[in-house]
Amino acid sequence: MTAWHQKTAHEIRDAVAKREVSATEITRSYLERIETVDDKVQAYTQVWRSEALAQAEAVDRKAASGQALGPLAGVPVSLKELLCTREGETTCASKILKGFKSPYDAHVVQNLKAADAVLLGKVNMDEFAMGSSTENSSIQRTCNPWNLNCVPGGSSGGSAASVASDCAALSLGSDTGGSIRQPAALCGCVGLKPTYGRVSRFGLVAFASSLDQIGPFSKDVRDAALALNVISGRDPLDATSANLPVPDYTAALTGDMKGLTVGMPIEYFTEDLNAEMRGLIQNAVEVMKAQGAKVVDISLPHSKYSVAVYYIIATAEASANLARFDGVRYGFRHPGAQTLQEMYHLTKTEGFGTEVKRRIMLGTYVLSSGYYDAYYLKAQKVRTLIKQDFDRAFEQCDVIITPTSPTAAFEFGAKTTNPLEMYLSDVYTISTNLAAIPGISVPCGLTAAGLPAGLQILGRVFEEAAILRAAHAYEQHHGLAMGKPALA
Amino acid sequence: MQYEAVIGMEVHVEINTKSKIFCGCSTNFHAPPNTNVCPICLGMPGVMPVLNREMVNKSIAAGLALNCTISRWSKMDRKNYFYPDQSKNYQISQYDLPLCLGGWLEIEVNGGPKRIGITRAHMEEDTARNVHTLGGGRSGVDFNRCGMPLLEIVTEPDIRSADEAYAYLTELKQILQYLDVSDCNMEEGSLRAEANISVRPVGTTSFGTKTEVKNVASFSGVQKAIEFEIKRQIKTLNEGGAVMQETRGWDADRGITFTQRQKESAHDYRYFPEPDLVPIVVDAAWEQGVAESLPELPQARRARFAKDYGLSAYDAQVITASQDYADYFETVARSGADPKQAANWMMGDLQALLVDAKQEIQDGLITPSHLSNMLKLIEDGTISGKIAKDVLADMFASGKQPEAIVREKGLLQISDSAALEGIVRRILADNPKQTAEFRAGKEQVLGFFVGQIMKATQGKANPKLVNDILRRELGA
Ligand SMILES: [Zn+2]
Repeated sequence: MTAWHQKTAHEIRDAVAKREVSATEITRSYLERIETVDDKVQAYTQVWRSEALAQAEAVDRKAASGQALGPLAGVPVSLKELLCTREGETTCASKILKGFKSPYDAHVVQNLKAADAVLLGKVNMDEFAMGSSTENSSIQRTCNPWNLNCVPGGSSGGSAASVASDCAALSLGSDTGGSIRQPAALCGCVGLKPTYGRVSRFGLVAFASSLDQIGPFSKDVRDAALALNVISGRDPLDATSANLPVPDYTAALTGDMKGLTVGMPIEYFTEDLNAEMRGLIQNAVEVMKAQGAKVVDISLPHSKYSVAVYYIIATAEASANLARFDGVRYGFRHPGAQTLQEMYHLTKTEGFGTEVKRRIMLGTYVLSSGYYDAYYLKAQKVRTLIKQDFDRAFEQCDVIITPTSPTAAFEFGAKTTNPLEMYLSDVYTISTNLAAIPGISVPCGLTAAGLPAGLQILGRVFEEAAILRAAHAYEQHHGLAMGKPALA
Repeated sequence: MQYEAVIGMEVHVEINTKSKIFCGCSTNFHAPPNTNVCPICLGMPGVMPVLNREMVNKSIAAGLALNCTISRWSKMDRKNYFYPDQSKNYQISQYDLPLCLGGWLEIEVNGGPKRIGITRAHMEEDTARNVHTLGGGRSGVDFNRCGMPLLEIVTEPDIRSADEAYAYLTELKQILQYLDVSDCNMEEGSLRAEANISVRPVGTTSFGTKTEVKNVASFSGVQKAIEFEIKRQIKTLNEGGAVMQETRGWDADRGITFTQRQKESAHDYRYFPEPDLVPIVVDAAWEQGVAESLPELPQARRARFAKDYGLSAYDAQVITASQDYADYFETVARSGADPKQAANWMMGDLQALLVDAKQEIQDGLITPSHLSNMLKLIEDGTISGKIAKDVLADMFASGKQPEAIVREKGLLQISDSAALEGIVRRILADNPKQTAEFRAGKEQVLGFFVGQIMKATQGKANPKLVNDILRRELGA
């Protein structure tokens, strides 16, 4: 029999509901697993052993008293370091928030608790979600469970690595330009970025407010649907959260793709895409066709501007969002400052890492008087064109498929000296955030080097059901032997 | 050379919503430091603002009362600058698409109306208060004020004198108080006025270099500061100097403005649209709903009081100064009392009592029915106007109705001819010298006799009756 930590969230939830196993037993299994392998992976920055066991015991008491259990009863979850929690610290993997304790729980954390999930602790990330390899963490270096010399992707690298190494059944991360989908692809798990506004951002420490969205990492597509059920919906504290009903996303998982039209952007399947990745995607296309999907070519003519537009809008918003970390009210304050100006200067200089400072400066620049029109305003206009590309494309198809990442996981240090090359890791994911549409990455095989690759499926706004259905049908029928990372 | 002043006003008004503009914290002004705060107004990591709908309602009301166009589509923006009185190091304000645009407010200038153009009115959050009195080289920040709702009202450079500026502020305050959108208390900082002042040769149309006068604690202070500043600028120019663009403070004790901050290289606030808030869409129905709820505004009420109650322009102005005062008057007038008499008593004796006791009219013991009943007692001859002054003072202290006071103190006016005749005859008999003088033609002596009779009756004699009887008895 497979160990509990290898099972999916829905398997765990069903077993707990049927009282075949206690939430405490599940939690112990996961804590043990963390103890065994997380030394190598280094996904966790904080493990809340006693709190997690207390939560599990509460679920067990609830079950014993015959009360109805929540949809994630007993499911162990890890949380990205930028989700605010009353438990532990909320550091965003930054020195500037080292030791910071949030006075409140993020909306999604409240939802998880209400769903009877068990919170195992927090996981690593690139500082303030800025990066694609989790190498920009001030806390530790997280490794890819499939190859410990490689990065797990980022910025939610800890989330992906914790799920891929069976150290969490689910994880919540955030995606601003690919920060859920890219690490999910590199670690061989499922990662879903919902439509902007589908999930409340209240309690997500903001990187770029018009792009950020919280989403789940899971071992299979059904779990992603289950988690989305729990975290979605209108939150009166987030004015940008959509006031739309939340369907049961698991009901969309028909196991086939009959009647679905799949679009392939001609701009993405060129000579630039390496042959191995192209082969894996081509296989996926055949599986989808076999499941009843119709496949058509579509065009996203402005996609080539996505990375540039993204690095203007995201950094502009970040320059304001990160201004509050000034040492006045909380977090790190440089002890050597004599004046207010010095306090600002020294606190930020020492509190922020290189990439964060680079982006704050870039964002400040593009908003500056005399440059605003040429950069920020123009970027907003191109953002509209990119959105319109997708609107037109979705007139011809229901979902769009692309590789999630141009390559599989790369080695530590491979891209740290060249920020632009690192930025290009997100070339296929960034336009999704600019267009506010949902996207999912689902594993689509291993490369010759034995590293996972991800297939990205994009859908119309608020049509998460369609991409979940397509991802699920593919996952059920691809027939690939993905296996598990050989950690233990 | 003849110069004219060109003045524009920027007024920040704290809107009196129950909760702050972006969170649920109370707007109570008198709370101990950092007690009306929450993660949102403290700018903790991960928080988001939600715009207070009541703030939008009240801002629309103010905009409509100032004859502005209400934007169908407006938005909030981030204004970026570093200072510890900000919890996020940006202020959420409105930049290029404010809620209210292009209105006007009418003031009275030399007996005629003048329109002061309103450029815009926009919503924003207030900052915290830095406290430098802690000692030990430390400063503190009180975030109670952080996130209080502000409406900034900006005029066109239409104001030409300190008096016009004063009239503008007075009228604006009255309107906002009538709307119940702000208490406009300058001392508590719920209304802050800044004046942009420049001068130019009469007949020219371009603008001179302006100075900005800030941090003045009263309307009369603003008036005096502008007066001083106009003279200072003209003097500077006449002496061949140049006006420097700067921010100036007002020293009320010395009666002078002084340099507060020289113009730095223009501050770059790097405004951009607030991505955490959705656009503010005010459709026609919303605007209409607010428009229908607007009360009668001061100008309209003044005109109506003059017309319906026969008040002079001056009396109407005084009586409508506050809504409570005007409501009080109207209640008295509608009860059937003589409106002019009501106005006279309100502005005269009653006002004096209120000022002495530092009370507002709505808080005193003299309700409209007290005053109305007293006026009726005067009208029907039960008491004299002189006695009424005592009755008023008694009502003010005790809250008793005038009839009860008159009864208890025996203040009923003596209107019984037979009783008065006896007294008159006695007084005449006691004063043969004065009687002879009157009969010899010395009319002034009549006053002496009235005085004697009033003394004998403790002022209760009906004055008209006394006069009639005296003349009859003296054979005049
Ligand atoms: Zn608050």
